[in-house]
Amino acid sequence: MIEQSLQALWQGFGVALLPYNLMWSFFGVLVGNLIGVLPGMGPLSAISILLPLTYSMHPIPAILMLAGIFYGSQYGGAIGAILLNLPCHPPHAVTCLDGYPLTKKGKGGTALGITMICSFFAASCGIIVMIFASPLLVRVAFEFGPAELFSIMLLGLLAGGTMSNGPPMKGAAMVVMGLLIGVVGTDVNSGTMRFTFGLINLDDGIEIVALALGLFGVADFLRNVNRMQSVGTGNANVRLRDMRPSWAEIRQAFFPMLRGTGVGTLFGAMPGTGPTITTFIAYALEKKISRTPDRFGCGALEGVAAPEAASHSKTQVDFIPTMSLGIPGDATMALLLGALLLHGIQPGPQLITEHADLFWGLIASFWIGNVLLIVLNVPLIQVWVKVLQVPYRYLYPCALFFIAVGVYSTNNSLFEVGEVLVFGVMGAVFLALKFPIAPILLGFVLGPMVEENFRRALTLAHGHMSVFVTSPISAGFVAASALLILAQIYFRLRRPPQTGTRRPAGGVAPAMGKTVMGKTVMRKTGTGD
Amino acid sequence: MADQARRGFINDYTRDYYGGGLMSLIGLFAFVQGTHYDVGSLTQMGPGFFPAALGVILVVLGVGIAGSARRSQALVELDIPEEEAHHAPEWRGWICILSGIVAFVVLGRWGGLLPATFAVVFISAMGDRGNSWKSALILSLAMSALAVLIFWWALKLQFPLFSWG
Repeated sequence: MIEQSLQALWQGFGVALLPYNLMWSFFGVLVGNLIGVLPGMGPLSAISILLPLTYSMHPIPAILMLAGIFYGSQYGGAIGAILLNLPCHPPHAVTCLDGYPLTKKGKGGTALGITMICSFFAASCGIIVMIFASPLLVRVAFEFGPAELFSIMLLGLLAGGTMSNGPPMKGAAMVVMGLLIGVVGTDVNSGTMRFTFGLINLDDGIEIVALALGLFGVADFLRNVNRMQSVGTGNANVRLRDMRPSWAEIRQAFFPMLRGTGVGTLFGAMPGTGPTITTFIAYALEKKISRTPDRFGCGALEGVAAPEAASHSKTQVDFIPTMSLGIPGDATMALLLGALLLHGIQPGPQLITEHADLFWGLIASFWIGNVLLIVLNVPLIQVWVKVLQVPYRYLYPCALFFIAVGVYSTNNSLFEVGEVLVFGVMGAVFLALKFPIAPILLGFVLGPMVEENFRRALTLAHGHMSVFVTSPISAGFVAASALLILAQIYFRLRRPPQTGTRRPAGGVAPAMGKTVMGKTVMRKTGTGD
Repeated sequence: MADQARRGFINDYTRDYYGGGLMSLIGLFAFVQGTHYDVGSLTQMGPGFFPAALGVILVVLGVGIAGSARRSQALVELDIPEEEAHHAPEWRGWICILSGIVAFVVLGRWGGLLPATFAVVFISAMGDRGNSWKSALILSLAMSALAVLIFWWALKLQFPLFSWG
């Protein structure tokens, strides 16, 4: 079976190296890289803006490009975090803690070099896990009936809601909100129009691009207008030879890198856990087991290596449940899943056999993309730093136009541009009330599947709810969900309520607060995961 | 505390009260609306079952959020500093961004791509106090040119440059 996988992978390289596919993959990582450096734009908004462009494309280059944006933005995020102390995307916020002090010590180049090595190593590990775990998972997945599918989605939704940024209950409420938005439209079983308010345009449901751009684009502009000037100072100076770390530094970063990769792989395999929590846990772990924990926060290489490795291995491993089960791990994956569906590809166990060229081509393109990113990053860092100096007041009107046209081109419908407006306001209100908005997208994408499988499972079981605990696989997922809820309650009760200054977790947050408060930058809450 | 007072009506306590209340309201609406469709039974679920169930869950969560409003301060919000709560409402920016999109829809329907592009960029750019009408004009003219080049000429978007009604 491993031989088979390797052979398929070889063919995948053939697919990914076709000039046309390679070109789009390159374009994807380039745009992703740029987007990653720019604050105010996450991979979510980038993918949703570029999604309409892919409609006329063949599904393979389309998916390669969109995936490229995703992991390309992570390299970019690290650049902003280390050189400029900009926590552009929440997952990289923790990299600022030690990355920026390193820059101040004149070691910024080294930190970037280490980051690149760690990212590449972790991504490679993630890809290898993906190659070998996917076929195994697919075998199990064929055993899945509606009850099992419902239970695993339940777990994913619970994890996605409760383990994102902010209080668990708010995250859970946002997941339910997303599920409700997913209900809008024609019910497939009975043909009843639900929540369409008499608007014919809503019969086909809400457009995912409109939802994503409203929540992650317009809502963000509403929050940041007049509150953010230009972002970067543009005084970062990194030369190529600064980026080569010494052997001692590599040795220092080696084990943190391994541990970070492990954390990322573990969290990637769990549906619903966001990238931010992954990097924070990787950082906290390093600090905890370090013999000199007080070095953290003043420029410890370990504090850069571990979280960056974690975020990259998680990204790759995240693709496993998305592609082979059709259950996205986080909001970005949910959007990619939506892209697959738009291109008429049904993710699930049959994807690997039916669309072998797509699946293995995607895996091969990860590797190619990661090499491209390393090569690209070196000369482009200077360019990106310059880009950061573009004032926000020019940036957002242009982005708003691209959003409007992008949504329009999805179905040539101006009505959907109106949807963006509604979701933009909704997202801004939720953000102002401190709700994490990323779980909405997760709930939205999974909503129809959850309902369908729930209905089907209960119809098959003649209405007995026990169907979800009688099958061992399903019972396992239900038990895990219950455990998750109990753990949340336990942690909540254990932490005594207090007023005044907020108490940080694992000693991570105080420095965090300082780093962020000291700068007049915007933050993106809940947008990145 | 002075700090608390400065934050005005949305502070940590009230924010969760409003948030929970909003969730409960939405949940209640979903439940009522769901029961208007056929709810059915567990064996034979109707189209109303799922939304009604979600509505109930949302109401419960909303009550929970509002009920734990005081205690939520102790909860760790991983990377959520208190910063933006200090800002005053930004009416000019909000109105301009929103009316920019409205203008795009209206002019897109009764004007075409070019006026719509110009309008969305110009109006939303005016929302930033750093932009004068001159810089907004230049920006929107540049974007209009780009729109013609990329979307009309290169991508052949189904969107006429000008249309009358």
